[in-house]
Order: sequence, then structure tokens, then C-alpha cells
Amino acid sequence: MIVADYSEEALQSLIAGSGLRFDVGPFVVNLQSSLDNFAADIRLMYGTCPLSTQSFADFHVRLDQPFGLRRWFRPQTNFTQDGRTPFKPLPLEQSFAMFEWGLNWCVSSQCHQYLIVHAAVVERAGLALIMPAPPGSGKSTLCAGLVARGWRLLTDELALVSLEQPGEVIALPRPISLKNESIDVIREFAPQQVIGPIAHDTAKGTVAHMAAPPESIRRGTETATSRLLIFPKYIPGASTSIVPRQKAASFMELAEQSFNFNVLGELGFQALKQVLDNCDCYDLSYSDLDDVIPALEQLIDASGASPALDASLTNSGGATDG
Amino acid sequence: MDKQATLLFSLLARPQKLADLDMPTWDVLIRQARNADLLGRVYELVAEHQLFDAVPLPVRPHLLSARRVARRHTAMVGFELGNLLGILAKLDTPVVVLKGAAYVLAGLPAAAGRVFSDIDLMVAKEHLDEAEKLLKIQAWVASADSYDDKYYRKWMHELPPLQHLKRHTLLDLHHAILPQTARLKPDSDKLFAAAVPVDGYPNAFVLCPQDMVLHSATHLFHDDEFKHGARDLVDLDTLLRYFGKDDAFWQSLVSRGETMDLSRPLYYALRFCQRLLDTPVPELVMAQAARLGRPVGPLAWLMDKLFERALPADHPMCVDSFTPLAKWLLYLRSHYLRMPFHLLIPHLLHKAFISPINARRMEKKAENRPTIEGLIAENKAP
Repeated sequence: MIVADYSEEALQSLIAGSGLRFDVGPFVVNLQSSLDNFAADIRLMYGTCPLSTQSFADFHVRLDQPFGLRRWFRPQTNFTQDGRTPFKPLPLEQSFAMFEWGLNWCVSSQCHQYLIVHAAVVERAGLALIMPAPPGSGKSTLCAGLVARGWRLLTDELALVSLEQPGEVIALPRPISLKNESIDVIREFAPQQVIGPIAHDTAKGTVAHMAAPPESIRRGTETATSRLLIFPKYIPGASTSIVPRQKAASFMELAEQSFNFNVLGELGFQALKQVLDNCDCYDLSYSDLDDVIPALEQLIDASGASPALDASLTNSGGATDG
Repeated sequence: MDKQATLLFSLLARPQKLADLDMPTWDVLIRQARNADLLGRVYELVAEHQLFDAVPLPVRPHLLSARRVARRHTAMVGFELGNLLGILAKLDTPVVVLKGAAYVLAGLPAAAGRVFSDIDLMVAKEHLDEAEKLLKIQAWVASADSYDDKYYRKWMHELPPLQHLKRHTLLDLHHAILPQTARLKPDSDKLFAAAVPVDGYPNAFVLCPQDMVLHSATHLFHDDEFKHGARDLVDLDTLLRYFGKDDAFWQSLVSRGETMDLSRPLYYALRFCQRLLDTPVPELVMAQAARLGRPVGPLAWLMDKLFERALPADHPMCVDSFTPLAKWLLYLRSHYLRMPFHLLIPHLLHKAFISPINARRMEKKAENRPTIEGLIAENKAP
């Protein structure tokens, strides 16, 4: 059974009661909320996720309105995990975004069974393209674009690198977070994709989420082998350019973008080293999704036929442009 | 308290039971232990009793994660202690390492699986200024607001918390274990005199076993918030079980408590360790501790009710309708124990009315509490 097998009313009463328990990648989430219509958002954005039959949940989370005057005056939402509120409340209309960010916090602060890197990961023919990038670089837009053209979504925000299967990335197919102009870009580029509630005036500007495609969720237990490490940058008006990049510098950048590299110590180092050994590294600048996506498809298909350019961390290798 | 509320304690007391927990019970246990900062402790017990194979697969990652965090904390504490003891070596005076950091330094079982919020050190009061100067040169600085800064320096048993500017590690530099204004007056000279040197560091000491227990007890039962109540009680339990293997420890514990003017907190420590964690306390020791430290009839009953509510894990399922009142009363009590009324009343008024205004002003300048977007933007987990 999947979440959307329940009607909105049934979901609402489940969420208001003992909680809706569903699988998100390797995790079981138990969601409770006293908000009026949270079920609608969940059904829209997580509808194809399997319902969990397990009596153990990884995260028990809640969304509620705080007590007091703010219930009526500019109402707010609070995210709690087992009674702990890691963050300040946000305006009520940002409830779904807050759920997403709260879940990110749960995973990134508590799941050291993986090396967790702030990066988007998509897959084609079993090979993973990893895109670490600071906010505003156009990583999520590119990720959404690729996914809309049939790449499998592993994650938009939290790359879970396996510590047990060297070089493998574990899927955490959740909604892709789109900001500001990206929302319209993706609406136009991929009108068939499901876009969720829009939250205005967040710390990141206007935010909306694109649901993970059902196919990505269905294949949520399949890992993908890291093969391309690309640092994207959206530059208005730029033509697509893919330039090889030093492995050592890429390693450092990835470590920097990791949430728990320091917690894991040598384990984390080894896991990251394997990813770098597997991957060809590139800097990418782009402005046009229709142009960049075929280029990336060509690049990953070509890389599937050949071993990694240079397994040594110290050499950038002599890559040909895709 | 109902059974679910004390699940964590009852399993810590009888870890063999972890072998046959069902999944819903694991579900409750992991959540309570996580909030109490005791997940690493649960891992250590599972490992010690070789029960990992009996842990259901979905539960294991949580225990492994907690172990990794705890090991990381232990390594960091060791690293910081090495630095700090090096910096303070110039003082040419004993530095007593206290609480969690001492358990690490002395290699005690209480360190296993523990996480740390700060490092506590103690130097004799006359060396405090010099110590602060030495630390400041090495980027350990106080960041309290001006009221708190004065308050700490005038009345407390420690400097305002110091923080390393780059690594953000917190350091409490003590000259005593209770505020100068506190009703109980443990003599710091006696603590220094009985302290035990630590191999490998010429200037490092830890408290003697009895004093280590007394300090842990004092810290817990004079606490105002009980955020780490469960963890601190587990520390006490682990110390008592370890030191208690030696009869000599028990023989002098109660008399040491009396010498240090800490009979009351010692009584509470023994009582609640025994009640909640089944700590084996010899009957005679319990009786002696009660004779010296037990409050009179109705007060003893009330304190039982209050501590029973404050000590379990900080989790919504460990709360009953009296818990908020109990915690509030204990908050008042801790301040009453900390200073006489003529100092306490102005202090509490300041905390209630002036501090929030100042805090708000500060907050407008810079957001203190991390926001979720900020953390993601900065890409660092708390």
C-alpha cells in the first residue's frame, strides 16, 4: 500500500491521531500533526511512498501551531521531534517546507550510518551523478530538470554515501526544493511534474517543492554507483561548459559540504576517497536546461563505457568535453 | 510514574533485558535515550553484554550512530584536554579535571558512550586570573553579557563560560564546586588535597573517587533545569558501581560527604540511584547517608515526588500533569540553595524582566538560535 491509497480525510485523521507511518528511502517516518489540512500536502508530495508496516520508526515528528496569541495573529508552525524543537517556528503557510527542512535536520544530525553530503544525486543506467553546490548555484533546478527528463532521483539535498558498499549512494527520494525563478523555469520546462504548496518570504525567498517521480520512489531501495562529480553553476545567458576539475580539490570541497565527515573520521575519509576514485570531476556552467541535459547524458553514457579517468586523487586527468 | 516513563531507567538497570525487547519497546527506548543523550550508553551496554545480534536490524543504525558521535566526543575531549593542560602548565599549579572530561582522562567506564557539552577544569582561586589570561591568548574567551559576566565573577564558583573562538568548544573554569554564596560550603582546599594525579600530564589531577561522586551528586541535585538529569544520574550509577567494587570506597564515602558539607546531595544520589537504576548500595551505607542527609519527614516525601519527575528522560512521554510544577519548584529550590534571599530576589527579577529585553535586543542584532535554513545554508549540523 502507498500513502495515496488513503483518502485525504483518512490521512488527515491518521495524522491527527497515532500518526502516518511511511517509508522514505531507507527511513521510516512517523508523522503527526494537528494542522488543519496537512494531509493534502503530504498526499500530493509523498503519495507514492509505501506505507510502513514496521512498528519501529526512525523519526517521530510533529507539526503543530504554537500555543498563545500567534494562533490567531500571523499563525505559525512548529516542527518537533520527540518534543524537541530544533528551530524557531515559521509562518503557517511554510508548514510543508518546514516539514522538509525538519526531516533534513533529523537525517543530517542523527544518521551517521552514512557519510552525508549536501548534494543532489541523480542516476542513469546505474551510474550516479553527484552535484554538490552551495545554495543559489542552480543545483536543484538542474536536478529537477534531469529528473523530469527521466533520470532517477536519489536525492536533492542529502547524499547518503554508503560506508559498507564502497562508492555506492543510497536513495532518499524526496521532493526537490525549488527557489524563486526556478519554480517557473521548471513549470515551463516540465509541466507534467507535480509542484507542491508555495511558501513566500522564507529565508531562501519563495520556495516550492517538486514531488519525486513515482518511478524514483518505486526504485528507492536501489543504490547507484558514483561515477560523475559535477559542480554546477547557473550563469544567466552562459552557454554550457563542462571543464575537468582537480580530484584533490574536489575531495576537499565534498568534505567541506559534508554534515558528518568529522564525526566519521577515517570511515568518512575512506568512503569519500572511494567516491573520488570512482568519479570524473567537472565544473559545469549552464543557463539552458535543453542544452545542458543532453550534454550530461552524453557524458555519463560515455563514462559508463570507460573506467574512471584517473584513479589518483592528485591528478585532474585529461578529459574530453562531453 | 507509569512504566513507560521509566522504561529507559529500567533497561539501563537490567541491560540483559535488551536481549528480548519487541520492536515497539525499542521504538520507545531509542526515543527516550536519544533525548536523554544516553543513546551512546545504550550502545555500550549492548556491546558489553554482547547483545548486538539480538537488536532488530532497523534499530541498529541508531545505536551505531550514537556510538560514532560518542567516540568523536571522547576524541575531541582528549584533544582539548591536551591543549588546555599544556596552556595551563605555565601556572605551575595543579589543574583538577572535573566531571565528564575527568572520566575520559582517568579512563573510567563512565566515559563510555558519553557525550559532552563542555569541559570542566578547576584551579585554586588565586590562580584564576592568570589562568584566564593564558587561555585568552589561546582564543578561549568569555562571551556572557555584562550582567552575567559580573554575576559569575562575583558570586559563582566558576568564570563565565569560556569558548574557543575557532572550535567553539565550551570550557568552565572553576575554583570551587558550589557558588561562593551557596548554603553548603564544600572546602576547595580539601578537594585539591585529596585529588589524584593523572599519568602523562605533570599538572593534571582528578578528584578522589569519593569526591568525584560527591561532586557529581552536588551538580545534579543542585541543578536548576534537569536537562541532563537522566544522564547525570547514569554517571553517578556508573561511578558507584565501579568504585563500589572496593569496600574501602564505601567505608569512607559517607564520612567524606560529612567532611565536605555535602551529606544532603550524597543522600539523594544514593537514594535515586538505588530506586531508579538499582545501583547496589550497601544497606549500612544507605542508612548512614540517610541519617546525615535525609530531609525531615514530609520534605523527604515531597523531594521524592519532585525528583521522580525531574530525573527521567526529557521526553513528552516521561511527563505527567505534575511534571511542570515539579520542575518549577526544583528551579526555585536550586536558586534558593545557590544564594541568600537578599541576592536571589534581585537576581531572579533581573533574569525575569531585564534579561529577556536584552536578549531580544541581542537577537535583533544577530540571530542566536540557529534556524533550519541557516544551518542548511551554512551546511553544518548542530
